[in-house]
Parts: sequence; C-alpha cells; structure tokens
Amino acid sequence: MAREVKVYTTPTCPYCKMAKKFLDDNGIKYQEFNVAEDKAAREEMKNKCHSLAVPTICIDNEVLVGFEEAQLKQKLGL
Amino acid sequence: MYELIIIGAGPAGMTAAVYAARKKINTLLITGNIGGQGLTTWLVENYKGYQFIEGRELMQKFEEQVKQFPTDVEIEVGKRAERLSRIAGGFEVKTDKGETFQAKVAILATGKRPRQLNVHGEKELLGRGVTYCAICDGPLFADMKVAVIGGGNSALETANDMVKIADHVYLVSLTTLTGEQILIDKVKGASNLTMFLQHEVLEIKGQNSVEGIRIRDLKSKKEKELEVGGVLIEIGLTPNSELVKELVTLNRLGEVEVNCGTETGVPGFFAAGDVTSVPDKQIVVAAGEGAKAALQAHRYLQRLSE
Repeated sequence: MAREVKVYTTPTCPYCKMAKKFLDDNGIKYQEFNVAEDKAAREEMKNKCHSLAVPTICIDNEVLVGFEEAQLKQKLGL
Repeated sequence: MYELIIIGAGPAGMTAAVYAARKKINTLLITGNIGGQGLTTWLVENYKGYQFIEGRELMQKFEEQVKQFPTDVEIEVGKRAERLSRIAGGFEVKTDKGETFQAKVAILATGKRPRQLNVHGEKELLGRGVTYCAICDGPLFADMKVAVIGGGNSALETANDMVKIADHVYLVSLTTLTGEQILIDKVKGASNLTMFLQHEVLEIKGQNSVEGIRIRDLKSKKEKELEVGGVLIEIGLTPNSELVKELVTLNRLGEVEVNCGTETGVPGFFAAGDVTSVPDKQIVVAAGEGAKAALQAHRYLQRLSE
C-alpha cells in the first residue's frame, strides 16, 4: 500500500527544495504544504508533528525534521 | 586504499573532486551532504558566470559537474567523518557509522557550521523554536514574538527580515552591534524591535516548544525573561576541524593553518575552503582553494610513485 507522505515547506528553504527533488527523482508522491502561507498547515505541523522547522516530512505517522537523504531512504524503503 | 580522500562536498570539496577526476585520481568523496554552506546562501551574485543564482542551484550545478566524470570519483553521502589520522602509507578516515576508509592523500574541505550558544534548552528545543537557519524557518514565526541572537551582519539581516514577519523582535547581543552601518540603521528604525545589547543569553525555556529566554545584562548583572516563541541564533560560524585536531595545530579560531599552496605542514594532507585560515570566506575563493588542493594532491601522488 502506498504510504502517505506530507512535506511541510517554506519557499526560501534550500533543504525543502532538496527534499522535494529527492522525492521527485525517486517517484514518491507527496502532498506539499507551504507553511509560510498556510496557517492551518503550520498549526498541524506544530501540533501533530511537534515541529517548528522545515522541511518536516511526515510518512504515515513517522516524522522527520530536516533533510537527511540516508534517513529518508531508510524510512521509504528505497 | 584510495589514492585520495576528500572530506566535505561544499564548493571547495566539489571543485577538488572535479580536478581529481580530470587527473584520473582514484578518489573517495565523503560527506554529510552535497553543497555544504553553499546551500544556505540564499542568492549568490558574485560567482563568475552567473549574474545571480540561488546557492542551492549553484551547488546542484557543482554536483552535476562532479558526476559527469563517472569513473574515478566515488561519493559517499550521509556519512560524517569523525577522525582523520595518519597510518602507514597514508591516512585513515573514521566515520560516524563506524566505517574506516584509507587513502594515500587527504584533502579536508569540511567548511564551517553555525556557532552554538551552549545554553540549556538550545539542543532540547532545536527544531521546536530554536533555529540556525533563518531563511528556512523565519516565516514560521509569523505574528509571534521572537528573539534574534547576535550583533553582526547575519543577525542584523535576520532581525531586519523578521520585523516584517513577526509581531515583535528582540535583538540580543553580547556586544554592541558590529555589523554594517546600513543594516544597523535599518534595524534601529523598526518600531517593533527592542535591543538588548551587552546582554548574554542564560537559558532557552519551554516544554514542547520555545516559550521564552532568560538574559542577563553584562554590566548590571540584572536578569530578565522575555516571552518568545522563536529563537534565531546568528552568532557566527565555527570550523568543522575537530576531526583533525590531533593531526595538526589549529589556530585560535579553530581553523587549519595552510600556506598559499593549501599545505598543512603534514605531508600529503591538504586543506581548502572555510575550514582553513585563508581569510576570505567566499564561494569563489573556496572553489579556487579546492582546485589548488587537488592539483597539489596530484603532484604529491606523482612524487610518491617516482
């Protein structure tokens, strides 16, 4: 079953762009939320993921803060 | 055993890798990430060939250039080198994953990282209100009260960005402001900014996220608590040189001393970029130093084989 991947980003964050490129390159579908603009998503990131930093990547119920390629690969089983 | 190990893949390390590949040196490039400090430079307007380019995009182009030479450079990403030591016939790198790699020659190009305050709450609340990447996380603090720590250009630029986003900005600096006057004037004119100069941060407080900071006036010794939801730390950079502290003597800033040929004084060990004592920390300078280090490594390897 495909896993639900959510990526919380800001437009100025270089690591967010790297994370999205990595997901795109590996054919992983994800939903992106621009938390600089989207207040509801920002609250969700804060309250559900307990994070106040981007990128925050939620894979089902697992939360990764920051872009660590090796860690992301492992969590996605790549 | 590799001929060459390059540690770090910022502008210096990646340029060294390109030069090593063109010399057909059997090379291992070992790095935590690709791009290093180049990634956190928002807009680059002084790298030749581009009128302006995002740091991230420039680093992507550097990476593509390294990878166009498929045979001679192996790249290990996501591994942090913890120690570089001398062994018979060369050098050995030990990583945070417990692996070891050996090479005849080593180039250190590990750059710098944001300096930490080293106060209670800083590590615990990192990513939960404490940040060293203002361009990443600044927008998250919209309509909140925040503290910007530092008094140099980076802190002033961050404070100037944050007054447009945050409800209120406290600028806390250990010294008087040391940044450029144009930035100081901008910050002084902001109606929603309060300065606490010659104040030290004693603690960052909060349970699940940042709730405030405790500061102390250096002169009166009077303490004060500020209620903030974000702490943006901009107190300069520190060299990633711990891994070679037993191999070479570091200068008072913790940098590896090099001569104009990137030599460290240890035969076969070269260093390039912001981790070194070269005074100008610029992408173009780091790239140039990386090229020099790889060419030096090539000459050294030639001498070894003679």
